[in-house]
Amino acid sequence: MVGGRRKKQLFSRIYAFSSGKASSDVEYSLIGGTDFSRRVFCNDPEIFETGYPNYENNYVRTTKYTLVTFFPKALFEQFRRVGNVYFLICSFLAFTPLAPYSPLSTFLPFVLVIGVTMGKEMVEDWRRKKQDIEVNNRNVKVHHGDGSFGNTKWMNLRVGDVVKVEKDEFFPADLILLSSCYEETICYVETTNLDGENNLKLKQALEATSNLNEDSKFRNFKAIIKCEDPNANLYSFVGSLEVEEQMYPLTAQQLLLRGSKLKNTDYVYGVVIFAGHDTKVIQNSTAPPSKRSKIEKRTDKIIYLLFSVLVFMSFTGSVFFGIATREDLENGRMTRWYLRPDDTSIYYDPKRAPIAAVLHFLTALMLYSYLIPVSLYVYMEIVKVLQSLFINRDLHMYYEEADKPAIARTSNLNEELGQVDTILSDKTGTLTCNSMEFIKCSVAGTSYGRSVTEVERALAGRKRSSLAQMVTEEWGFVEDSPKPEPSVKGFNFADERIMMGNWVNEPHLDVIQKFFQLLAICHTVIPDVDEETGTVSYEAESPDEAALVVASRELGFEFYERTQTSISFLELDPMSGRKFKRLYNLLNILEFSSSRKRMSVIVRNEEGKLILLCKGADSIMFERLATDGREFEEQTKEHINEYADAGLRTLVVAYRELDDQEYSEFSDEYAKAKNSVSADREVVVEAVADKIEKDLILLGATAVEDKLQNGVPECIDKLAQAGIKIWVLTGDKMETAINTGHACSLLRKGMNQIIISSETPEFKALNKAGDEFNVCEASRSSILNQIIEGNVLLEESSERSEALALIIDGKSLTYALEDDVKDLFLELAVGCASVICCRSSPKQKALVTRLLKVKTGMTTLAIGDGANDIGMLQEADIGVGISGFEGMQAVMSSDIAIAQFRFLERLLLVHGHWCYRRISSMVTSLLVHSVFRFFLLFRFLDQGVNLQFYYQNLKMFGTENHFSITKFFIK
Amino acid sequence: MGDSRFTQQELPACKPILTPRWVISTFMFVSLVFIPIGVASLFASRDVVEIIDRYETDCIPQDFKNDKVKYIQTPGEKTCNRTLTVPKHMKHPIYVYYQLDNFYQNHRRYVKSRSDKQLRNPNSENDASACKPEDMANGMPIVPCGLIAWSLFNDTYSFSRTNQILTVNKKGISWKSDRDHKFGKNVYPKNFQSGKLIGGANLSSSIPLSEQEDLIVWMRTAALPTFRKLYGKIEVDLQEGEVINVTVENNYNTYSFNGKKKLVLSTTSWLGGKNDFLGTAYLTVGGLCFLLAMAFTIVYLIKPRRLGDPSYLSWNQNPGGH
Repeated sequence: MVGGRRKKQLFSRIYAFSSGKASSDVEYSLIGGTDFSRRVFCNDPEIFETGYPNYENNYVRTTKYTLVTFFPKALFEQFRRVGNVYFLICSFLAFTPLAPYSPLSTFLPFVLVIGVTMGKEMVEDWRRKKQDIEVNNRNVKVHHGDGSFGNTKWMNLRVGDVVKVEKDEFFPADLILLSSCYEETICYVETTNLDGENNLKLKQALEATSNLNEDSKFRNFKAIIKCEDPNANLYSFVGSLEVEEQMYPLTAQQLLLRGSKLKNTDYVYGVVIFAGHDTKVIQNSTAPPSKRSKIEKRTDKIIYLLFSVLVFMSFTGSVFFGIATREDLENGRMTRWYLRPDDTSIYYDPKRAPIAAVLHFLTALMLYSYLIPVSLYVYMEIVKVLQSLFINRDLHMYYEEADKPAIARTSNLNEELGQVDTILSDKTGTLTCNSMEFIKCSVAGTSYGRSVTEVERALAGRKRSSLAQMVTEEWGFVEDSPKPEPSVKGFNFADERIMMGNWVNEPHLDVIQKFFQLLAICHTVIPDVDEETGTVSYEAESPDEAALVVASRELGFEFYERTQTSISFLELDPMSGRKFKRLYNLLNILEFSSSRKRMSVIVRNEEGKLILLCKGADSIMFERLATDGREFEEQTKEHINEYADAGLRTLVVAYRELDDQEYSEFSDEYAKAKNSVSADREVVVEAVADKIEKDLILLGATAVEDKLQNGVPECIDKLAQAGIKIWVLTGDKMETAINTGHACSLLRKGMNQIIISSETPEFKALNKAGDEFNVCEASRSSILNQIIEGNVLLEESSERSEALALIIDGKSLTYALEDDVKDLFLELAVGCASVICCRSSPKQKALVTRLLKVKTGMTTLAIGDGANDIGMLQEADIGVGISGFEGMQAVMSSDIAIAQFRFLERLLLVHGHWCYRRISSMVTSLLVHSVFRFFLLFRFLDQGVNLQFYYQNLKMFGTENHFSITKFFIK
Repeated sequence: MGDSRFTQQELPACKPILTPRWVISTFMFVSLVFIPIGVASLFASRDVVEIIDRYETDCIPQDFKNDKVKYIQTPGEKTCNRTLTVPKHMKHPIYVYYQLDNFYQNHRRYVKSRSDKQLRNPNSENDASACKPEDMANGMPIVPCGLIAWSLFNDTYSFSRTNQILTVNKKGISWKSDRDHKFGKNVYPKNFQSGKLIGGANLSSSIPLSEQEDLIVWMRTAALPTFRKLYGKIEVDLQEGEVINVTVENNYNTYSFNGKKKLVLSTTSWLGGKNDFLGTAYLTVGGLCFLLAMAFTIVYLIKPRRLGDPSYLSWNQNPGGH
């Protein structure tokens, strides 16, 4: 056992708004009924020997085939292609005397074709198998029965096993949390792989099991869990835990899902309730839809056409054959005596001419099979595999830092890349690197920070490139503009006026000090002190919060300890150069929420003064300032606008001193509100917090850059020049999305922005007043109006040839995607040069993709990195996964994986273009080839009356084809 | 990582850009090459002198006009005299062909009805299974077996001019490779035409198959129902206006299936026999290329435009979008 129990911290205090709520009793009455039949005997390995209950083990198989099912299943897959069925029939007929040529000449090429495609399937499946083996053989600590834990492989876990998961490990199965290293039995979980949200989630075990915090205590632990049957719902769970004859309800609050990761917690104990394919993440995974490129679909159509020509020809031919054969004997006299119609077999018998005609029809079907190029499909496959090799090998798409080349995971879609009309992109992790950098701040009306933002760089670059573009039409590569990488993650601030302790020489010295003290105190970050080196690292719910704390540390306010009641940091005294410790008593944390858009802490400083520190969005902060706290308001507002134009995220920072009486009133009220058990508890808590967060004194504002990936603006610019539209579908806030839009040149100055939002003042009024139905109706009609207005604007602007940008938020999108509105919405969206959907759920992303794909018929490409993009990736014609640093979920369900967004440029404009040209010219020339050969044959058959096998058999799989194929993938 | 120039697709390549100048000069070049070739081959073809004489109807005596089949199936001498007038000077060698119409040598049953092994090798005379129904006669295998051999053409022609007999050289009318490799030097006809039905010509059982050149020619089946086969060569020149008498032995039955029979005398040019098609094809293609070259030149001169002008791209037509 490593380390002791962690310092006891009262975290329930931090998470005022998110502690678990009791479920209603109704759900629990279902336990034991249908769909709720699962019974798990915890920590009772013997129960398995008795054979009950027989749940799945934790072996996960994602391969399509097993060793046994490979042949039947893969063969079946092959014969779903109509062409292959035809050739199968031909091959069988070739062994009958009907055959116009020797059986091997059809059979061999056919077997080769099938063999090659099946071989490809096998290789692809083998790759999946290797991945399965890796996952299934990961180790986890499991309880062996006598209070000791030992390593075992994931696949050997069984339902009911007690496992111990340590920090930064993935959960091997769906677990019920029993206890953790914290006394409150909480733990933090990162669920990026499941829902794409990158904040940490809090899970808490039941009181009843909280004492099970050491290995040895599990020696005598026995419990029975009754719960719902395996299902795909990630956010709900109903069950009960029976321990020592006591029943306790279980909720999703206790459920740790496979695919998520333990964070900020040294270890947890949990019991396996769903294993292997029963786990929610696997229940959620849908089989990837098989995508086919347009060329393939069109080729299919041509083949159908050729097939009908073939049937028609054979039919006419055999009718004439039948007539001619019947006339071979006229009144007992032979006409074509040299054929000896008097002494013949059934195939040529004039007396049974209809039968002969039918048999001739079959023969003709075989003979004319030249018309249908048997090898076309296999050539397409081979060429595509080679093309994907080119993609995989391309050094220009190789990301050296992470050692990640581009991977064409399915070779089917190479040529489709050259046909992309619209790109649907995720934001976080795709356009941006999901790392926040503190870059500027405005304190006491003065703006600090000289670093150049990405947007400014892009603007400068665009000026240059518009000149350069006139000179060279070439596609170039994004040069990684030489810029010094920030030495500290999250910190890219440079200003000698306040760095290195120089702030003491600034005019508003006290404000600057308060500003950075506030940054060091007002947050929910957890410090992690490396005991050997003494350096502090921070674990935060969101990267921008971490960036602020890092910034305060770098400027001499080093936050290093958080206890349940206090926050401590070291302040560097610039005069003496010594660090001295400051300790603030932490009284309350008024947590951040999207509706509040701010967070505050109430602390008592060393002198005993009560202070409320608050940071939040400018839209709500300025109205909360005290009349005497607006000293720097004008300048700060100006700076905030500047920052926003530069694509930065801004937060306004303010404070307030409280007197004891006011605080004690608040404290009572707040505690009461928090402990109330009613549906509107959150509203009450918010209202109480609202009362105290007022009369603030403005200190300044911070600006954090959501860092764009390298070369994103340039890449987007190039794609736009190629006539490709880019839509950004993000889960982020509208402000952030617009910032990013500016940063990556999707939104430009002089663009008309149409903003469709449900956050208008009227909405808020309605929400406060009305019942749900009215709100719904009103918002629907309002969204409709906004869309119609947008369409009017679109018409006007198209006359004036202005570019439009559409920005829509998730709630409005819900209404916009309803059946009667969606056509209007699509019309508007397609007309706009840029479209940004903010606050959109994974499902909405997929729906937008489908709407666009189905209604316009254009080729769509979706690009994303997180599990929340999977729906979108699978729905789009092509799904491109970013194989960056975080999870592999998106890559696993993508068709092509690249490491950086900027590689998209080369992928589409070079590879897509080449692949499309090569494949299409190959298909057309092969088709022409076979049609020509068919006509040659048909001519010599003299209108199909007679057949000959004069043609060399082996020409069927003719040598000329083998030569022609090579030229298509080389040039 | 393999980073050869091949995997990076950086191998030197030539990709012509179809500029107007390129296109026009290519078409011009093609027409300049093709038209002379076409003219030359047309002239060559026109130089060939051909005499074609259709005789199958005329050679039936008046009494049998209503039942030609009965006439041809009746045994006995069926000679028939034809006179041909030489329209132009004919240089030797003059090739003598017979031409059959509506005869399906390419019928699937017919074309398969042979045994190449048997023809080549005296020891495989029993290999006649593909030859049904002409495989056995009286329990003995037929050599050469099969419908093709059985239906061997058996009209004969003899030529004379003004009481001088024109000899027809029947040596060397078949492919050398056939004589040397496909038809054995020590394979002799056996039980040939001894079945119930007599098909066509009989073969002398003392001459090996490799020397039965009429058979060898016949066995190389024609791809189309109208075909000519070489009968022999006349090795002297014929003068313009000369009258040639041909004595035809009209034995072969084409009357059952309404087939025509024609006798053809033809000279050759450097291009082979009379065939206008090649010349016409060259002239047509060359002429088309010339017309196109002219048309493109006119378009180029009247309405020139810059190559690779991006303003013609669809998305640049509507400046409202990107």
